[in-house]
Amino acid sequence: MSDKVKVTIDGITVEVDPGTTILNAARQIGGDIVPPAMCYYSKLEGSGGKCRTCIVKVSKGSEKDPRPMPKLVASCRTTVMDGMEVQNITSPEVLEARSGVVEMLLINHPLDCPVCDQAGECDLQNLGYEHGLQKTRYEFERRTFERIDIGDKIQLHMNRCILCYRCVFTADQITNKRVHGILNRGDHSEISTYIQTAVDNDFSGNVIDVCPVGALTDKTFRFKNRVWFTKPIDAHRDCPTCSGKVTLWYKGEDVLRVTARKDVYGEVEEFICNTCRFDKKKTADWVIEHPTHISDTSVISSNHYETMKPLPVIQDNPKLQLANKIELEKTTKF
Amino acid sequence: MARKLLLEHINVPGINTFDVYRQKGGYRAVEKALKMTPDEVVEEVKKSGLRGRGGAGFPTGMKWSFLAKPEGVPRYLVCNADESEPGTFKDRYLMTYIPHALIEGMIVSSFALGAKTSYIYVRGEMMPQIRILERAIAEAKNAGFLGKNILGSGYDLELYVQPGGGAYICGEETALLESLEGKRGNPRIKPPFPAIAGLYGCPTVVNNVESIAATVPIINDGGEEYAKIGIGRSTGTKLISASGNLVRPGVYEIELGLPVEEFIYSDEYCGGIANGKRLKATVAGGSSVPVLPANLTLKLANGDPRLMSYESLSEGGFATGTMMGSGGFIAFDEDQCIVRNTWNFSRFYHHESCGQCSPCREGTGWMEKVLHRLEYGHGKMSDIDLLVDVSRKIEGNTICPLGDAAAWPVASAIRHFRDEFEWHVKEPVKCLDTNYGLANYANPIAKAEVTTEN
Repeated sequence: MSDKVKVTIDGITVEVDPGTTILNAARQIGGDIVPPAMCYYSKLEGSGGKCRTCIVKVSKGSEKDPRPMPKLVASCRTTVMDGMEVQNITSPEVLEARSGVVEMLLINHPLDCPVCDQAGECDLQNLGYEHGLQKTRYEFERRTFERIDIGDKIQLHMNRCILCYRCVFTADQITNKRVHGILNRGDHSEISTYIQTAVDNDFSGNVIDVCPVGALTDKTFRFKNRVWFTKPIDAHRDCPTCSGKVTLWYKGEDVLRVTARKDVYGEVEEFICNTCRFDKKKTADWVIEHPTHISDTSVISSNHYETMKPLPVIQDNPKLQLANKIELEKTTKF
Repeated sequence: MARKLLLEHINVPGINTFDVYRQKGGYRAVEKALKMTPDEVVEEVKKSGLRGRGGAGFPTGMKWSFLAKPEGVPRYLVCNADESEPGTFKDRYLMTYIPHALIEGMIVSSFALGAKTSYIYVRGEMMPQIRILERAIAEAKNAGFLGKNILGSGYDLELYVQPGGGAYICGEETALLESLEGKRGNPRIKPPFPAIAGLYGCPTVVNNVESIAATVPIINDGGEEYAKIGIGRSTGTKLISASGNLVRPGVYEIELGLPVEEFIYSDEYCGGIANGKRLKATVAGGSSVPVLPANLTLKLANGDPRLMSYESLSEGGFATGTMMGSGGFIAFDEDQCIVRNTWNFSRFYHHESCGQCSPCREGTGWMEKVLHRLEYGHGKMSDIDLLVDVSRKIEGNTICPLGDAAAWPVASAIRHFRDEFEWHVKEPVKCLDTNYGLANYANPIAKAEVTTEN
């Protein structure tokens, strides 16, 4: 096809539409060569370019202009050219720069994972495991903020924020009006509202899902449980405002929290409304589909105490038993 | 006396008024340019070899020719008068004393680019200059040089002065455009470049005050005549704002290619180091450029004299060179502490970082804290290497050049003045009330050192 452009990432060639970013081209290939992204969100227009974790080296600009790009570029905002050659994990320079970025992201992060609700599904935690140092070289006091409620169901813990601006874009593009934003400048900048609990919108809860760290948390779920003790089940309901396609997080027979369904890159598939998220916490409200597929490498899939005894919703549904076959077999072995 | 183009009539009383400026031959360039076609004006600027005076030194004519010209979309010219680099004050001087030079340049440049609306984005702290410019615009409008149908040529131009909020980052062109649009002044991610999608998504050219003012002599005398001044690819004259321990600090117009030694020591310019002291180090182009010790300031690594030109100042790369930058020349005498100065610069960048991308947001604060510790005698030997490492991790990994600008002074100070940093660690008490002194920073450059550094 002539209208496709060829791009080679870490030696793997892929044909993509013109105008695709390097990051999205890498996602079409998939696997380890996909650069990590903390601020880019494919569902949000204009996001990306800020966290610099997705930087890659362009060793050949294009077929026409084979010069390499002088600096490492943010793959989420750089579009591919025909014949472009990109190095991600094959370039030590990129890995070193990336670990530098991770170090920068962590120097003012409280590292309070043991008490953070996001632990277990936190992008920064994953990034830290992969690229971070064993020990911090930062010997100063970390910046701290007071916790504030930016909506009646959303709590903002600014200490943990990495200023990815995703929640700002979400409020701009998903909700009717944005009432929170960035205040101040430099390392004093913070996400905030001028008036507390001012965020009041049908779709405001989505900022919790897009937050890559534990800065924005669901007040109806805070400290209820660790995510790896809960069991995610995909479900849907007929919702007049949103698609109604969600993931329910079960502990025993209780729905502890409702989130949007997330894909392999931690991005939501469809945004959901606050009614689905905060108010519908009974199994009776939902039509259960199947257990959510969680990657084997995730801590959420490793500690399913519930699976020793199949969940009540699975017990009386042959379709779900079939879908859960592998897991059931695994547990019955013991 | 060297030739002056911008500041030729600076000492004429009342040159800041329209009438006097006009008597001294002002606005001739507008009359001449309006008789030419816009492309001819661009061609003339290209021929002159004028390079951007704001810091990066990108050829102005080439920048203009990159401007996209789609049908039915307005184009804008924005003058970047958000001069906030520590050590640079040339634009403020120009705007205060000879504002009509900028207005005239704006008319010529806007005509060349086909812009019907142009903005001068002035730093918020420069309130007096904003008033001066507004008055100058009113005078020019009265005389028919602005507004509808300028001098009967059918060309319309509206010129606006926009005060900024006083953020250093708004001197970065895309942050400036964001700020001009009324948003938070965060730099945009490039591409697209402003020449394609700038102000309100329309093609825009952003130029420094001095670059725009320099188009006036270029049109008056012709681009080729202008290109004869200067040396090599550094053509024309440049305003240098000299500060620090000099006998006569101030704004000087120099012909590019003047030896640095002559600039510092001759009576025509700075007149030497104040109080009979010796030169220790210089920052040649505003706080963002690498700092150089005295020996490398005056001489290149191969022993030739260093000249005030874009090429000669950056000769030797970052190992032994620096940059022309925005022309903020700061001289340090033997009693100045480089560690303290580096900390001071670093504090500035920490304060001015916009906080958008992580390396700059976190790294500038980190560097400042480590440098503060070194300066006040609580440092460790490992801090020096830590600083080098942090600056390396910031450099090149940020959205805009502020990250580089924050990293270079620190990296270069440690490269050239490592002894002094180590002394601050070894003598934690002494460093609080005494200075390291000149040490060997003014010694002739050893030949062996040169070969290893290259």
